[in-house]
Amino acid sequence: METEIVHPLAKYLREAMMPHIWCSGCGNGIILNCFVQAIDELKMDLNKLVVVSGIGCIGRAAGYVNTNSFHTTHGRPIAFATGVKLANPELEVVIISGDGDLFAIGGNHFIHAARRNIGIKVICANNFNYGMTGGQQGPTTPIEALTTTTPYGNIEHPFNLVHLAAASGATYVARWTTLHVRKLTQSIKKLLQKEGFGFIEVVSPCPEIFGRYNKMRTGLEMMEWFRKASMVENFSDPAKAEITPERIVVGEFVDIAKVSYEKLLHEKIAEINEKKMAMVS
Amino acid sequence: MPVRLWRAPLDTQKVKPPKAEIHILKDQCKGCGFCIHFCPKKVLEESEEINARGVHPPKIVDESKCILCSFCTSVCPDFAIFVVEKQCKEGCQT
Amino acid sequence: MSKKGLILEGSHFMNGDIACAEGAIAAGCRFFAGYPITPATEIAEHLAQRMPEIGGIYVQMEDEIASIAAVIGASYAGVKAMTATSGPGFSLMQENIGLAVMTEAPCVIVDVMRGGPSTGQPTLPGQQDVMQAKWGSHGDYEIIALAPSSVQEMFDLTIEAFNLSETYRVPAILLADEVVGHMWEKVVIPSIEKIKIMNRKKANVPPKAYAPFMPDDDLVPPMACFGEGYSFHATGLTHDEHGYPQTSSSEAQQKLVKRLCDKIRKNADKIIRVEEVMLDDADVVVVAYGIVARAALSAVRKARENGIKAGLLRPITLWPFPESYVAKIAKQAKAIVVPEMNCGQLVREVERAAKETPVAFLSKLGEEPHTPMEILEAIRRNC
Repeated sequence: METEIVHPLAKYLREAMMPHIWCSGCGNGIILNCFVQAIDELKMDLNKLVVVSGIGCIGRAAGYVNTNSFHTTHGRPIAFATGVKLANPELEVVIISGDGDLFAIGGNHFIHAARRNIGIKVICANNFNYGMTGGQQGPTTPIEALTTTTPYGNIEHPFNLVHLAAASGATYVARWTTLHVRKLTQSIKKLLQKEGFGFIEVVSPCPEIFGRYNKMRTGLEMMEWFRKASMVENFSDPAKAEITPERIVVGEFVDIAKVSYEKLLHEKIAEINEKKMAMVS
Repeated sequence: MPVRLWRAPLDTQKVKPPKAEIHILKDQCKGCGFCIHFCPKKVLEESEEINARGVHPPKIVDESKCILCSFCTSVCPDFAIFVVEKQCKEGCQT
Repeated sequence: MSKKGLILEGSHFMNGDIACAEGAIAAGCRFFAGYPITPATEIAEHLAQRMPEIGGIYVQMEDEIASIAAVIGASYAGVKAMTATSGPGFSLMQENIGLAVMTEAPCVIVDVMRGGPSTGQPTLPGQQDVMQAKWGSHGDYEIIALAPSSVQEMFDLTIEAFNLSETYRVPAILLADEVVGHMWEKVVIPSIEKIKIMNRKKANVPPKAYAPFMPDDDLVPPMACFGEGYSFHATGLTHDEHGYPQTSSSEAQQKLVKRLCDKIRKNADKIIRVEEVMLDDADVVVVAYGIVARAALSAVRKARENGIKAGLLRPITLWPFPESYVAKIAKQAKAIVVPEMNCGQLVREVERAAKETPVAFLSKLGEEPHTPMEILEAIRRNC
């Protein structure tokens, strides 16, 4: 009597779209794995969960999760998600997107959503380049790194994403690598249960492209880099947490309480609406 | 640092450590090697066989060594391996 | 909670932008995301005040791109949503208008046209975005565009834009101009019971059987929204009926793009509306829209007084273009005169539909729309 073995998290994945398109050793699959693990442990109501993604390899994640999902134009998942969350604050809206999508073309939307403290959650797969289009430089590409558009070495200073998120006003900011699977899962759970704008940066391997150009040809080599360079420091100063080849500071950076925009907005609307209704009826 | 026990725990007879059941969905594996490399008990190794994707999926070396840490389950990007606790029927031997 | 306080029933003296905002409210719009831009700012300002009164949401986004993205998001969350802008903002929105078309998200975009190109003349009228409304985004697609020519129509056509966008799951663009947007006229707002509202077709199969882009016979798929129990995926990539990306299939591209175009083209006769004035025996027909149509009407009447058999065809729907109406009048008329506040946009469509019949184009740019005398002179020259 042979029963077909089914992965315990398979129910969170859209069977018709699997297997996913990601390369061998790509960290996107790990991020997806930790995400569905987190929603499984939280026993989330999938009907209320909306996953929004932008353009990029990680952007395909929205299609793989078996919930309401939307794949927007490049850079716009946060703006789209703002509309969804305000129209129906009961929905849990999670953005899973990449470093280029969220911080280059989408940078403006990120800082304003964080400033407003709207209760959407952002999980950023930071693989230091634009993988989907073949490995161009991005806003997080390290100095001296080789990419297809920095063939002589990158001279642009990269963003420190956790610093940017913290400075913009996020209530929860964390950074993990795809090696820290358990911490990442716990962090995602915390992210989903907090009020306000939350952000997790996940340093992720792109061995086929970024790794190959920068002397880390396999996922294992990139993960070994994470293992050697990362150090867990909770609530350290995000301004000092720049990623260098020698040092990747991971952990939680910000965990504060601040009332969310949609709560404030809907309270105000209810107050004004009540007054108006009292006046006319 | 792991605690070194100087004698066997007093409730060894009562407490049965969980037994692991490792499932490998061979054809889903893309051969990244994360599970093999990062298993703390070195329970897995690369097999000789080639799966539908043309890579070598992992094979179990010694399932009894597995401590159910589930690291392989979480770190696999392709949902190709998972560990569950073996359900022991009443009266089975450890 | 009584509906009475929601819409301002009765006669009012309002400006076009405010009438448009009230039209949105009457149509059931409960989400507005916008960015200030002359001459559409008043729509945002008015809705900033009115939306909370009626329990709706107003949010000022960081730019027009964010505004249209938020509108699509709200639409997918089940709420009727609108944004308002002018030329420069409309240009910014084009990519996401394509996304709205591809994901068949009902939404209304108001473009109060001003002098362009680029920053142009923010406080003066123009009709220079007509072609952009149809072709502005990349790819092959169809949208619906309406052109109001009075403040009452700013109210009525906003409601119609919502109804059309909900019926056909397509972005509907209200192409007003700065004069219609800023002028003050009488508006009669009927009671809510008298206003016809159309809502999107809801999903009518159990969740497991639901395919978000499986069309009915009218080529429009029923729409489930987030949180209704249907778990679906929507993407801007070419997709199949289930919403799953099909980036390598020619068949999928052929099928999807054709259906998105046919959805409007094959239903064009139900969508298109025009106003026909004295066309039965007209020798010279003026085709005009927006504020220019007001001057054209005056010119046509004056022409008739002077014995010239003139008539006016006013497209209310600019896209899909009412080509069958133009083709019909082209058969009987000796000439068609098209006055526009641009360098030749809708006139190209008129020429295409009119075939052999001569079409005279009257261009005017800047502060003043064409005067009735100018159009009358053109009628005289062409009769």
